[in-house]
Amino acid sequence: MDFLSIFANPYLWASTIAMATPLALPAIGGTFSERSGVVNISMEGIMLISAFSSAAFAGYFHNAWLGLLMGVLSGMLISAIFAWAAARMYANQVVLGMAFNIFASGITAYLFNAIYGPTGTPSDTPKIPDINIPIIDSIPFIGKILSGQNAIVYIMFILIILAQWFLFKTTLGLRIRAVGENPEAAETAGINVVRMKYIGVILGGAFSALGGAYLAIGVLNSFSPEMSSGRGYIALAAMIFGKWTPVGSFLAAILFGFATALSYSLQNFAISKNLIMMLPYIVTILALVGIGGKSVAPAADGVPYRPKK
Amino acid sequence: MKKLLEGAIRPILAIIIAVLVGGIVIVATTGQNPFYAYYSLLVGAFGSSMNIATTLTNAIPLIITGLGIAIAFSAGLFNIGAEGQYWIGAIVATYIGYSVKGLPGYLHIPLIIVLAMLAGALWGGLVPGLAKVYTGAHEVITTMMMSYVAIYLSHFLLEDGPMMDKGVIPQSPIINESAKLSRLIENSQLSSGLFIAIIAVIIVYILMYKTTLGFEMRSVGFNQRASKYAGMNVATKLVTSLGLSGAFAALAGAVQIMGVQHRLYDSFTSGYGYTAIVVALLANNNPIGVVIASIFLAGLSTGAQEMQMRTNISGQLTDVVVGLIIFFIAIEELYKIVIDRIQKKKQKMA
Repeated sequence: MDFLSIFANPYLWASTIAMATPLALPAIGGTFSERSGVVNISMEGIMLISAFSSAAFAGYFHNAWLGLLMGVLSGMLISAIFAWAAARMYANQVVLGMAFNIFASGITAYLFNAIYGPTGTPSDTPKIPDINIPIIDSIPFIGKILSGQNAIVYIMFILIILAQWFLFKTTLGLRIRAVGENPEAAETAGINVVRMKYIGVILGGAFSALGGAYLAIGVLNSFSPEMSSGRGYIALAAMIFGKWTPVGSFLAAILFGFATALSYSLQNFAISKNLIMMLPYIVTILALVGIGGKSVAPAADGVPYRPKK
Repeated sequence: MKKLLEGAIRPILAIIIAVLVGGIVIVATTGQNPFYAYYSLLVGAFGSSMNIATTLTNAIPLIITGLGIAIAFSAGLFNIGAEGQYWIGAIVATYIGYSVKGLPGYLHIPLIIVLAMLAGALWGGLVPGLAKVYTGAHEVITTMMMSYVAIYLSHFLLEDGPMMDKGVIPQSPIINESAKLSRLIENSQLSSGLFIAIIAVIIVYILMYKTTLGFEMRSVGFNQRASKYAGMNVATKLVTSLGLSGAFAALAGAVQIMGVQHRLYDSFTSGYGYTAIVVALLANNNPIGVVIASIFLAGLSTGAQEMQMRTNISGQLTDVVVGLIIFFIAIEELYKIVIDRIQKKKQKMA
């Protein structure tokens, strides 16, 4: 097998999409949060909590879609606490994110051991189905890439467009962005700053949670501790690289997913997969320092804001 | 001392609340006696000289990394990438440790310390520091990204690179005897790295509280604009504090290699870099507080194993408690609100 033939293999591109999905969803989630001025580095934790509850509920009720719903709800619930602490208690958001990540990794591993023990989540836990799309399915090459992915992947594609539209074309989206740029001005204009932050963070939590559920009941049908394995942090990089927009976040996630997929495909070649895996992080730093188009955060991102009244 | 106590009130309150919530989790999920669980945790951490030695062994990398993070925090910077800087220190220590031969220990060990700290300073200080100063790139992201690059670099060196030892599992050769720190207690992993940690605490204490540089760094952390107005070179202070931060995180990695591991393994993460963030938070950036917080957190993880053996309660409960501790420290506003309400009630009563 020669080197270039790797790229002619549709499996590489299919797995690029599959691997980009659990990065793109939390990256878009982070976009919502940061656009409202709340730095949320706890996507990792939210993913874990959602992954656990989606697998637990899917297994208990033998219904993957119910599991998905409960996973997303649990992510929104934990995000609501985050939003409260960030918007009402003016807590340092980076510290808060650390707290949530450590807590989430602890509580999910603890509950996993307490409930399932060494046997793990039940093996008959249902998963969200993979879907073959009738016409695309029959196209050579493309069909193998775009068809047969998990249902959550297709949900993601719809959500990316909706998210972009919501954030940049609706009044509510404009208000969220205004709060992230200049909360004083937003408040003067009559916008409820705290409410916008709640919406941004909780909506962000829902997206991150969907990413977590994808890992547990989309790719697999089980939960294991630490199964998010740093994807929440990579998503953060993707969000920045994507310049705090949903479509940009998705495209950056595709790049990261491609690096991962490629690093697996390259295992038989002389190029180290570890060097390939480094690239997205280096690229993110370069993007941050302004090489190849500067990535600028919302002006009031991460700054706790005390409403005047 | 009074200052230390005042700074300790909020962390202690947070610890109490977190332990209570942890107790509720124990009762709710296992129905076991939480007092006995915490008791066995305590015994596991400090119950015998061997357990104390293990706790101290685990505390050493936390103390040193925690100092580094505290320096950055004091200057108002979030060094989230200490984990990567720790790995850089470990890589340098391992490489110099096995490749340099024929040096006596009193030269070999200082050489490793200097080079590891230098590498950590460049990794943590130069790239994220300069990026921050010149382009405004947030250090939370740059240090974190550099951290991942460091971890993959160590994988590369061990799996396909020049540091791989012959064998099945990816690991480096063992460092030479001259690079190993002496054991303090036989059959334990406690090494004279403890003294390096103590010296580091003293140095950082003097640096932060008795030197102009320390004053200026804290001043920048307190109010950047005022510091600039007072004629300080804020940019240099930011780069310096991130560099120092990286240097200490790297020192921790080096000490861990020289004192405990003696070679680099392909384990993905040590986790010390992350726990050290908690250390610095609990300690309120005070070097002496760093020691106390490190021993506390090291005790939690050491004791968790004993708790797991005695009660079958999974050791991950300690992560739950740690997460809650940080959460309850972070929401300081809540305490203000509660105190305000109590005072208002008192006024009404009077």
